[in-house]
Amino acid sequence: MASNPNTYKNQPDERGHFGDYGGRYVAETLMPLVLDLEREYRAAQADPAFHAEFDDLLEHYVGRPSPLYFAERLTEALGGAQVWFKRDELNHTGAHKINNCIGQILLAMRMGKTRIIAETGAGQHGVATATVCARFGLPCVIYMGAEDVRRQSPNVFRMKLLGAEVVPVTSGRGTLKDAMNEGLRDWVANVHDTFYIIGTAAGPHPYPELVRDFQSVIGKEARAQMQDRIGRLPDLLVAAIGGGSNALGLFHPFLDDPDVKMLGVEAAGHGLDGDEHAASLLGGFPGVLHGNKTYLLQDEDGQITEGHSISAGLDYPGIGPEHAWLKDTGRVEYTAITDEEALEAFQLLCRTEGIIPALEPSHAIAAVAKRAKEMPKDSVILANLCGRGDKDIFTVAERLGVEM
Amino acid sequence: MTRLSNAFSKPHPALVCFITAGDGDTAANLDALVEGGADVIELGMPFTDPMADGPAIQNANLRSLGAGTTTADVLRIARKFRERHPNVPLVLMGYANPMIRHGPEWFASAAKEAGVDGVICVDIPPEEDDALGPDLRAAGIAPIRLATPTTDAKRLPQVLEGSDGFLYYVSVAGITGKQQAAQTSIEDAVAKLKAATDLPIAVGFGVRTPEQAGAIAKVADGVVVGSALVELVGEHGSDAPEKLRKLTASLAKAVHSAAKGPRKEDMA
Repeated sequence: MASNPNTYKNQPDERGHFGDYGGRYVAETLMPLVLDLEREYRAAQADPAFHAEFDDLLEHYVGRPSPLYFAERLTEALGGAQVWFKRDELNHTGAHKINNCIGQILLAMRMGKTRIIAETGAGQHGVATATVCARFGLPCVIYMGAEDVRRQSPNVFRMKLLGAEVVPVTSGRGTLKDAMNEGLRDWVANVHDTFYIIGTAAGPHPYPELVRDFQSVIGKEARAQMQDRIGRLPDLLVAAIGGGSNALGLFHPFLDDPDVKMLGVEAAGHGLDGDEHAASLLGGFPGVLHGNKTYLLQDEDGQITEGHSISAGLDYPGIGPEHAWLKDTGRVEYTAITDEEALEAFQLLCRTEGIIPALEPSHAIAAVAKRAKEMPKDSVILANLCGRGDKDIFTVAERLGVEM
Repeated sequence: MTRLSNAFSKPHPALVCFITAGDGDTAANLDALVEGGADVIELGMPFTDPMADGPAIQNANLRSLGAGTTTADVLRIARKFRERHPNVPLVLMGYANPMIRHGPEWFASAAKEAGVDGVICVDIPPEEDDALGPDLRAAGIAPIRLATPTTDAKRLPQVLEGSDGFLYYVSVAGITGKQQAAQTSIEDAVAKLKAATDLPIAVGFGVRTPEQAGAIAKVADGVVVGSALVELVGEHGSDAPEKLRKLTASLAKAVHSAAKGPRKEDMA
């Protein structure tokens, strides 16, 4: 691999940089821990027993491999390219988040850590973290913005049922980024025994790399399943992007297949022309936050601004640094879908396929609908259905004017 | 001699006082710190996401940004301070993103022009020095690094390489303004740092009272006080200068009367 100058799979470099992005922008107190984590991750990567345990848990606890599904009625309705879905919404806990949590808690235990912390926005990563902590008997503290605690009460109750302590964060503006700040503050004060399970492919090196690697099971399975089902690779991959872990998980194993195009879908909220969106790549600028350099929603003075999306899982002012690099290199195309478009796609999938998707992949489905129509009928689109929509039915009902 | 090296060459240990720029009447508050006896001023640059700070400084950041403070305002506060106090060293402390938003070379030259002597950037460790360090050095501004209880002997040389001005020892693994470290652990840590560098060592995080400051000043070259001062700014508004002057004077008395700790060359 090292001898191939044309590969997109040789990132990050030994300092954790994806081109200009990524890195380890953390306080000195955390720096030795981040270096420890990198050492331990390298040891785990070289340890067949680690991979065997990870694979075993993914198969028997998470329910992998997830199916590859041809969406026949949606394809018919769109009248263009064949649409296929990677069904990661069928995972235990209902989203792709659990893949990463399994990997990270195994690392935590290798490192002898006895306490787990995590941040969560909509609550999906919090639920997945609380789940693996219950599975392995480790105490778990979840930081969640006070506003999100109010809006996502079913997930708060799930986390508590699973034995987690949920701490509402009122500092700053009480959102996902503030929850992440509070997670970092906890970590810095409890460095001796605590492992921070970051929920997306962002944060200081090696998090973006290891989260990507754990999520790459999505793309590895999909690649083999496509070959098996239709004897070729898809023409276009599509995935929604908040921090970007499900998209990287799908894309990464295909990065060196030149005929496979890729489309990452950000949340345009009320539209990219105003401030009410969460599209860091299309509407932001490079900067440093939460341990890495990447595209951020920020003002002229480098103050971080709040994202908006109907989907709480996409509502983060940053993005994983590998996406920043893939954008600049042009390997992946990025687009954005508004709240309204995502809502329409949500309903379209419900009615054509009998699948209630989460609002996050509804953004991907909306982008698929636009592209499929422009592509010939023998072409193939593969989109990641990264979460199921049970958690979102209240939000959708409210938007559709239905009282529940 | 620079303003910073002068401050640490006085016959007594230095009192380093922190407040957040744009929180209250910063000019009046800074003057009160100097009148109270502060030897070095640390001026906080407000940031929306101060990950290493506890509630007191978080709230100061929010008050400052809520009042509309911009980077230009911070630099203006620094420049005016330099006009009023030509000899008191001034250090900017903050987070990477506001510092590099328009490029590190822009920030380094703007800070130099404002009369800033040193910069502490919380989230640029030695590993990412390229993001700001070379431009600060080129502009003649000291990049001041942090050492912490987790900085082990193997890592310390890397932290010291390229450090200037003074070394800021963060005495607790944690955020600002919370618990204080045990005096013995501070003494051990400072002794180890002094064995490794000629830079002055200033100790901070969790230092609130003259008693604590005086005890630390017996072993360190400087003592940093932040949250306790910032809380006075938050509580007392336009009456803050008087309160700040009083607390600073009592801190200065305790710090300045402590015997100066041995320097590396004295121990050799």
